[in-house]
Amino acid sequence: MSFSRGFVFSRGFYLSPGVSSFAKGFNPSSSTVRPLPFKKMASPNNYISRSKYTLPDLPYDYGALEPFISAEIMQIHHSKHHQAYVNGLNVAEEKFEQAFKEQDVPGQIALQSALKFNGGGHVNHSLFWTNLAPTKEGGGEPPKGALLSAIQKEFGSLDDFISKFNTTTAAVQGSGWGWLGYNKSSKRVEIVTLPNQDPLTTHVPLLGIDVWEHAYYLQYKNVRPDYLKAIWNVVNWKTVAERLAKAQSSSE
Amino acid sequence: MQIHHSKHHQAYVNGLNVAEEKFEQAFKEQDVPGQIALQSALKFNGGGHVNHSLFWTNLAPTKEGGGEPPKGALLSAIQKEFGSLDDFISKFNTTTAAVQGSGWGWLGYNKSSKRVEIVTLPNQDPLTTHVPLLGIDVWEHAYYLQYKNVRPDYLKAIWNVVNWKTVAERLAKAQSSSE
Repeated sequence: MSFSRGFVFSRGFYLSPGVSSFAKGFNPSSSTVRPLPFKKMASPNNYISRSKYTLPDLPYDYGALEPFISAEIMQIHHSKHHQAYVNGLNVAEEKFEQAFKEQDVPGQIALQSALKFNGGGHVNHSLFWTNLAPTKEGGGEPPKGALLSAIQKEFGSLDDFISKFNTTTAAVQGSGWGWLGYNKSSKRVEIVTLPNQDPLTTHVPLLGIDVWEHAYYLQYKNVRPDYLKAIWNVVNWKTVAERLAKAQSSSE
Repeated sequence: MQIHHSKHHQAYVNGLNVAEEKFEQAFKEQDVPGQIALQSALKFNGGGHVNHSLFWTNLAPTKEGGGEPPKGALLSAIQKEFGSLDDFISKFNTTTAAVQGSGWGWLGYNKSSKRVEIVTLPNQDPLTTHVPLLGIDVWEHAYYLQYKNVRPDYLKAIWNVVNWKTVAERLAKAQSSSE
């Protein structure tokens, strides 16, 4: 699976703490790609050249999540929406690189919105595809072990968690995402919602559910709660467990 | 149109009624934190109701004048600001297509500068800095079943059913209003 890597600046800057922690914590489903280490460089113009971000392959066919998420949705969501974020991110980063070289600080700041929107969109969707799996590949199989314990400790039971997650996420005003995230300071799993494509930076992302209308409208129309009920049938708890294990063992 | 009107707008109406009932209660009890806690629901549902109510009358079937270009004072105002109607539509569409997430594109009347201006707003935030003349919904629910992800195609098409008469009426009212 192709994967994008982090962006290195000279002088030891990186784009934002969120991006660097994402680059370290992010693993597509089966392969692990090591991000470039961030290095201090002597001269402002001596930066590591980077390759463009690319759309990660979907780990399953477009129709594999049916009947819970339609093939039509998966195809447009992956090949159009996510692709657009990848394209937008590449454009924004190219412009940012230019502004950075020119030491144009207002120009850099002016690009932050496009970077956050498209960068967040790329990050979020990349996490999302591996948060889902066809039922015959374990999608929907309930969590066990440390992950289940963490959920039970926080929410009482898996059902109570799902219920609370769905209520909270259904209530997102406009476009956004619902997340189960790991809070490293409190060592707790917590539900967080975010607007638009804002990436989850306060927690280690474990499970994200897209509630932009494009994620469900063709199939569920305005009934976001029905989509949220159905999607648990294809949630890939194995990936969630892997992310939690990594977050708990990480010394960062 | 059916889902947009009978489901989405209806949901904002319902949500607004619930929020206002709760607000009334908090208001009577002089519960200020409670009132503030309700602001989000009031803005979202109230804005949704206001915006969609303006929207339906911003559109009309072609046989009832939908798509017929503006004339008179409205056309002059647009030309003064944007050069031509086509230039306005082009700028409006570019600006509105670029809304990140859910939101609206507006042509609004700026009472202080006496100019018509393009404004975009997120989610259901109502237009308050200008008198709303024309609003176009770019939440995905406004176009997705037909146009899928291609918001620009929806924005190209919608001008065929924009009811410029309503826009002109709103401008006339705004210009004559002493408020």
